[in-house]
Amino acid sequence: MANVVTKTSELDRSDFLIQEFGYDDHFHDHHHGDKYQSNFISTYIFSQDHKMIAKQFLITGMIWAIIGAAMSLIFRMQLGFPEESMAWIKPLLGKWITVNAEGFGTLSQDFYYSLVTLHGTIIVFFVLTAGLSGTFSNLLIPLQIGARDMASPFLNMLSYWFFFLAGAVMLSSLFVSTGPFSGGWVAYPPLSALPQASMGSGVGMTLWLVSLVLFVVSVLLGGINYITTVLNLRTKGMGMWRMPLTIWSFFLTAIIGLLSFPVLASGFFLLMLDRGLGTSFYLSEIFINGQVLDQVGGSPILYQHLFWFLGHPEVYIIILPAMGLTSEVLSVHSRKPIFGYKAMVYSMMAIGFLSFIVWAHHMFMSGVNPFIANFFVIFTLIIAVPSAVKVFNWITTLYGGNIRFNSASMYAIGFVSMFISGGLTGIFLGNSAIDIQMHDTYFVVAHFHIVMGVAAFFGMFAGVYHWFPKMYGRFMNETLGKIHFWGTLVGAYAVFGPMHYLGVAGVARRYYSFDVFQAFGHFDGMNKFITIAAIVTFVFQIIFVVNFFYSIWRGKKVTTKNPWQAPTLEWTTPIRPGHGNWPGKLPTVQRWAYDYYSDEEGKDFTEQIEPLKDDEKSVH
Amino acid sequence: MANSAHEPEVQQNEDLWSGGKQPLKVSYGKLMMWYFLLSDAFTFAGFLIAYGALRFSSATWPIPDDVFSTAPFNNFGLGHETKLPLMFVTIMSFLLIISSVTMVRAVQEGHRENKRGVVFWMLMTIIGGLGFLSCQAWEWTNLIKDEHMTVNRDPFGTHTLDGVYLNPDGSESDEVFKAGDGYLVHKHHVDHGDDAHGHDSHGDDGHGAEDHGSDDGHGGDEYAYEVGDHAGYVMDENGFVFKKFKVTTDGDMKGQVMAQEFGPKAFGALFFFITGFHGFHVFSGVLFLLIIMINAAGGVYVKRKNGYEMVEKIGLYWHFVDLVWVFVFLVFYLL
Repeated sequence: MANVVTKTSELDRSDFLIQEFGYDDHFHDHHHGDKYQSNFISTYIFSQDHKMIAKQFLITGMIWAIIGAAMSLIFRMQLGFPEESMAWIKPLLGKWITVNAEGFGTLSQDFYYSLVTLHGTIIVFFVLTAGLSGTFSNLLIPLQIGARDMASPFLNMLSYWFFFLAGAVMLSSLFVSTGPFSGGWVAYPPLSALPQASMGSGVGMTLWLVSLVLFVVSVLLGGINYITTVLNLRTKGMGMWRMPLTIWSFFLTAIIGLLSFPVLASGFFLLMLDRGLGTSFYLSEIFINGQVLDQVGGSPILYQHLFWFLGHPEVYIIILPAMGLTSEVLSVHSRKPIFGYKAMVYSMMAIGFLSFIVWAHHMFMSGVNPFIANFFVIFTLIIAVPSAVKVFNWITTLYGGNIRFNSASMYAIGFVSMFISGGLTGIFLGNSAIDIQMHDTYFVVAHFHIVMGVAAFFGMFAGVYHWFPKMYGRFMNETLGKIHFWGTLVGAYAVFGPMHYLGVAGVARRYYSFDVFQAFGHFDGMNKFITIAAIVTFVFQIIFVVNFFYSIWRGKKVTTKNPWQAPTLEWTTPIRPGHGNWPGKLPTVQRWAYDYYSDEEGKDFTEQIEPLKDDEKSVH
Repeated sequence: MANSAHEPEVQQNEDLWSGGKQPLKVSYGKLMMWYFLLSDAFTFAGFLIAYGALRFSSATWPIPDDVFSTAPFNNFGLGHETKLPLMFVTIMSFLLIISSVTMVRAVQEGHRENKRGVVFWMLMTIIGGLGFLSCQAWEWTNLIKDEHMTVNRDPFGTHTLDGVYLNPDGSESDEVFKAGDGYLVHKHHVDHGDDAHGHDSHGDDGHGAEDHGSDDGHGGDEYAYEVGDHAGYVMDENGFVFKKFKVTTDGDMKGQVMAQEFGPKAFGALFFFITGFHGFHVFSGVLFLLIIMINAAGGVYVKRKNGYEMVEKIGLYWHFVDLVWVFVFLVFYLL
């Protein structure tokens, strides 16, 4: 840990400011460095340091992203090329590939559905919830609000390990003889409630449930920590209206998660009872294999309500952090304050609030009363307003900016593009009248993959390219980054663009094969194209993974504390901050997070720790 | 507050939200407990909404005054026939509410840095919690063992029509009931007559049918029931006897003979699960109280800069568990 006092001669501006105006919390007097980074285990495994936990979340998330994406490739290959033999992948998938006498291999239908289910579950929960919000909330909250660490480093560590356990349980379901759960990531009963309903409904579903309950624990532990840290541990001067939008987004995300995940847990507990004890919460008058079950009086719609009460806020849990990261990256790399800072915050709040009263728009086809559907349609469409506010503000932030086109900012711009493309189709689907036509077609698949899948990945990539120097003290390779960006941008549109067309034509999602539907025969070519595009896009992601790990050890070293010339606090720490983030005093915040007005010395930004000049008035 | 000494100094002309302070004037630990309770409230809300959804989609619902009308002291002196609607649950709720009061006292003694007081009042709280749990254990045992309610069987039915019961031989009895009256489906032994087991159903006879004498009900118990559909009753293979009755409500149904049915299945499942989930909260609360009491007695908190804050935190939890019980009590016992 660099000791500022002994290096007075080399003091740079930020060290000087922290020294001069900083706030002495007697960190060294009662700091417990030994507890945190004394040996390999406490540094890398059971670490309680927020930066290490962020890296753990990120790398675990990346591993899950690769697994989840690879799953999609396997079922896409079966869907796009049913006439090609899949025998070559038998060494990996074993009995899930059926090889006939001529040596022609096909993917088993049960496993096809398992792959679809796990692809959704893994990407939604493990990658875009834990991998995105877990990584950046952990990394940025203490660094950007000027805190030594999270409010409770111990709970923070538990949060990661519950996530890890959840992943381990989910992974283990791939290895049971009846296969993983195969009833879709939403796990609607009766497929999820009756162990005999399908292959994956037995042990596979049990493991799925256990895994997700562990995951809920992880999210709650994390969320409680993020909220408390943001409220209580902001450094002096860091008023709520001086926080970067990243922090606002993590804060609101944590609140949404805290209020919605418990309801999912309630739904899961009732589901467990239906599975294990023969209760009838979700089941009524069911026949299975010609046999009447004695469950009476339950309602599968009840599960859908409980599920989507989480399920809808969940998409904002995914997209809000990506929005926050995008706002920050766009502002830094266009050298302009974010346009409409308060409007951005209020629109995030509005989105967060509205996200709780629109859940039934997922259930227009489940027999919801059309009059109640009206209510949900109206609030769903109202979400377009704060979303549009945000989009206009991003575009206006870019307008007239001195834009640096690097991997981070290109991904942020790509996020805006994806969010617009996917958001527009949301307006179609939000209308119950149109949704009844579009429901469960590829139009829906295209919509949510673009607006929350690809867009959230873009936000995440922007964040990784931008904050990689803070995490590892090195830059990621720019050339590889740009190749990765263009490949992913074009690839993602190539995969999901044609799906809109398929959906409007009525091609249903979650089908193993369209052989029996003659009308869909002429979409075979399009399905092949989508599959090829998906494989190509996946290959581009390998470039990212290689770039990431190569740069950790071999990337260009960061030589200045503030390589992006950003005003926020994380760039006032040493290049590789140790535990406690600031070696001496804590910085004191003097101004808001977006001061990009040029001063006389030609510097086009002012750090948050720079005191106001005599003639200057505080913006916030 | 005990932790105020540790708060950063307050600068003039700056509001609480400007950083470097605790804007809600609560330490991070208490704040975390508040947020945990908020999330837990949503979990319970999820269950109670499920309760509402299932209850209001059921044609009938058991009448709480019938279901919860027994108490252990029925067996001592008062006799089985005496109905004590909600008497027992009142006692158990009282214990839990009183334990909240003693918890308040423990927190207060904590502010006064009075170790003995803290330990004493926490002990009282633990006793209240254990009392509640014991009562719940008796209530569950009674429902499961004597009244044969399970997570997927609810023997408490409700009449939807006026009528008059039939005797086992099919003749009309003088037991009449009105729509909305409740009944308990009795269980008899399948093999033989039921002399040895008549006791089984004694205590629960004639639920809700206020206007029929309990003696009449007992007359039926002496009868040797057999499995199958009979003139005056239906007995299933598990020994449940569904008495037949003649409808007396004016209209199309008048004069028809019908048999009792089980009540809505969801009742048993919801009751056991929601009160069980709450009981689990009480149980874990008692454990935490015990640990914190032992710590307090050992002087752990005397040394701490935030004093007895741990007692306050478990206090928040305990009050929350109490509050949840108010709602659980409301939906299962009152409505």
